[in-house]
Amino acid sequence: MAMGTVDTSNLNGGQKLAVKYFAVAIVLFAAQVLFGLVAGLQYLKPDTLFGVLDFSVTRMVHINAMVVWLLYGFLGSVYWLLEDESGRPVVGLGLGNLAFFVLTAAVVVVVLVYLFVQVGPGNDMTRWLINEGREYIEAPRWADIGIVVCVLVFFYNVAMTFMKGKFSGIAGVLVLDLVALAGLYLAGMVYMTNISHDHFWWWWVIHLWVEATWEVLVGCILAWGLMQVLQVRRKIVTTWLYIEVALMFGSGILGLGHHYFWIGTPEYWFKIGGFFSALEPIPLVAMVVHSLYDSGEHHMKNTNHPALAWFITHTAGNFLGAGVWGFMQTLPQINLYTHGTQWTASHGHIAFFGAYVTIVVPMIYLAVQKLRGNVWMGSEPAGGAWKWKWALTLQVAGTLGMAVALMVSGYEQAFLDRAIGGSTWQSYFVAQEHPWFIQGMKWRMISGLVFAAGYVLLAWDLVTIGAGETRKVEQLTPAAAAA
Amino acid sequence: MPPTPLWQSEDFWRKVAVWVTAGSAVILVLLTFDSLSKTAAGSSRVPAYSVINQHIDYRFDSARNLSVPVIGEQAPLFGKVLSEAEAEAMVSHGKKTVQAKNCMNCHTLLGNGAYYAPDLTKAWVDPQWADMIDLTESDSREEAMAKFLQHPDQYATNARMMPPLGITPDEAKAVVAFLKWMSSIDTNGFPAGFKTRGQEG
Repeated sequence: MAMGTVDTSNLNGGQKLAVKYFAVAIVLFAAQVLFGLVAGLQYLKPDTLFGVLDFSVTRMVHINAMVVWLLYGFLGSVYWLLEDESGRPVVGLGLGNLAFFVLTAAVVVVVLVYLFVQVGPGNDMTRWLINEGREYIEAPRWADIGIVVCVLVFFYNVAMTFMKGKFSGIAGVLVLDLVALAGLYLAGMVYMTNISHDHFWWWWVIHLWVEATWEVLVGCILAWGLMQVLQVRRKIVTTWLYIEVALMFGSGILGLGHHYFWIGTPEYWFKIGGFFSALEPIPLVAMVVHSLYDSGEHHMKNTNHPALAWFITHTAGNFLGAGVWGFMQTLPQINLYTHGTQWTASHGHIAFFGAYVTIVVPMIYLAVQKLRGNVWMGSEPAGGAWKWKWALTLQVAGTLGMAVALMVSGYEQAFLDRAIGGSTWQSYFVAQEHPWFIQGMKWRMISGLVFAAGYVLLAWDLVTIGAGETRKVEQLTPAAAAA
Repeated sequence: MPPTPLWQSEDFWRKVAVWVTAGSAVILVLLTFDSLSKTAAGSSRVPAYSVINQHIDYRFDSARNLSVPVIGEQAPLFGKVLSEAEAEAMVSHGKKTVQAKNCMNCHTLLGNGAYYAPDLTKAWVDPQWADMIDLTESDSREEAMAKFLQHPDQYATNARMMPPLGITPDEAKAVVAFLKWMSSIDTNGFPAGFKTRGQEG
């Protein structure tokens, strides 16, 4: 086995499967960026692809590609750590591989139908075969069922492997979190005429995924990742993980109430949603403290520089994007005017990047490192470190630029459309056609291009980093690392 | 070696995590039962589907200090009084059409969705329809809405226009029924400051 060359024999069974998930994730990430650019352009030039790929399609593909690639990244990350964490081969790996191919085939079909069929008649057939028409979970019902089956296979792999091997604290949190994650998806699979009930359950899926179970899942990945790159002691990361779980579920489960202010649900949700969602940033502060404290304690000595840089970006980005940006509009007194405006888009961009993109990318760096024979990824790697540093810089700068630009447009929209105009048809367009709104959209477009440049560098780096490297990864012992 | 203080104890925080999660989940389930019963179609917050037979307005309520739907005298949609079952079927057809045409990826409904087109929560009572009656050469608001939905590109008001989505006459009428029913939901004053026809200025 030559150092620095791609060789899957360096990997265990779970890791080989993880690499497949990561590969598809990176391709779908490109689709997310591409369709995001088109959707952004449509705000500036509404006739772009009008009648061919309307905004409703480009925006749907932009967001669905993101949800699916992040899920692929999470599945890949869990398969990646599964054998190391449990100390045994994955149980039912063949089934896991089959599920990967079935799921990927389903994703391809769903995307092709989104692009080429787009809409259907207003009946049950459309919901089953073409598009469910509910934001974020538009996948038609047949695909929902396929997703559930594949996720059950994934759950079987994970739970049985841990049960037959070591069942660590991280394993316990992960398994219970996956039960919730899979179960919650079912809440979005029932048709309801009553839109208040529809949105009530729809938020069970969206919020309790993104602001609860996904956050705990990334907490598990971060805990494992910090042990990997910094050699942090298990007891420390596990204790932190429990604290984070208590804070995340303690604030996030009832924080769901901030989606129940305006959908017909009773007024008591103002108090519950306002209070608990105001607490939601606290666990994210804990994660920042945790990662920075561990890094400092270990004098930043680590086995994989790009991975650690992305992990730290994750904790900072999660706090800023999900915590601060979310809190800015979560109280009902403010949300009455910001709900359904570009404020939400601003929050969405910075939160999904800060909380989720930044946890999957470092896991892929860890995978690439091992795939090339556990090579050196410290300072002065073969081929230089400029690509990963610039990729990270451009993606962070692009995201911050998009978030700030959308916030400018959002402020203008909240004032002119919501507060002054009363959200009528006319006031909506008065706000949308105001120069200040358009100015924000232009800066969003420029920032989107910066982000896209960062993506190109990132993808290039992931396929080239470590190539030709002859040095073995730096070995850290817990004692030496903490010295 | 001194004993581990409680705040550093892995075991203590595991128990806290379990109890906090379980407690929060139980409270959420109880509130879910309550909220679902209070938002069932036919409840005080979410009227029965047959409300589409009546006049619906949206006005400021000084007692609650927010705008609320006001249900008035009989005003049948498309000139026909519907039974509860007929009204539900029509609203359901409209809701399925709204989903099938992916409306939510441009518009917001109850403020949820995309931000590329106007919010539809109170679309039924939007003052714009008075102008659209003239533009579409219609006799009523519902007729104007149905015509617009079928041929949005013919009646565009702005450069950013709605694409034609192949909405049939029946689907268009059903969407209007759905929008009329949705405008009757008590949304705790969202959107704020919305002025229906006759309230402007």
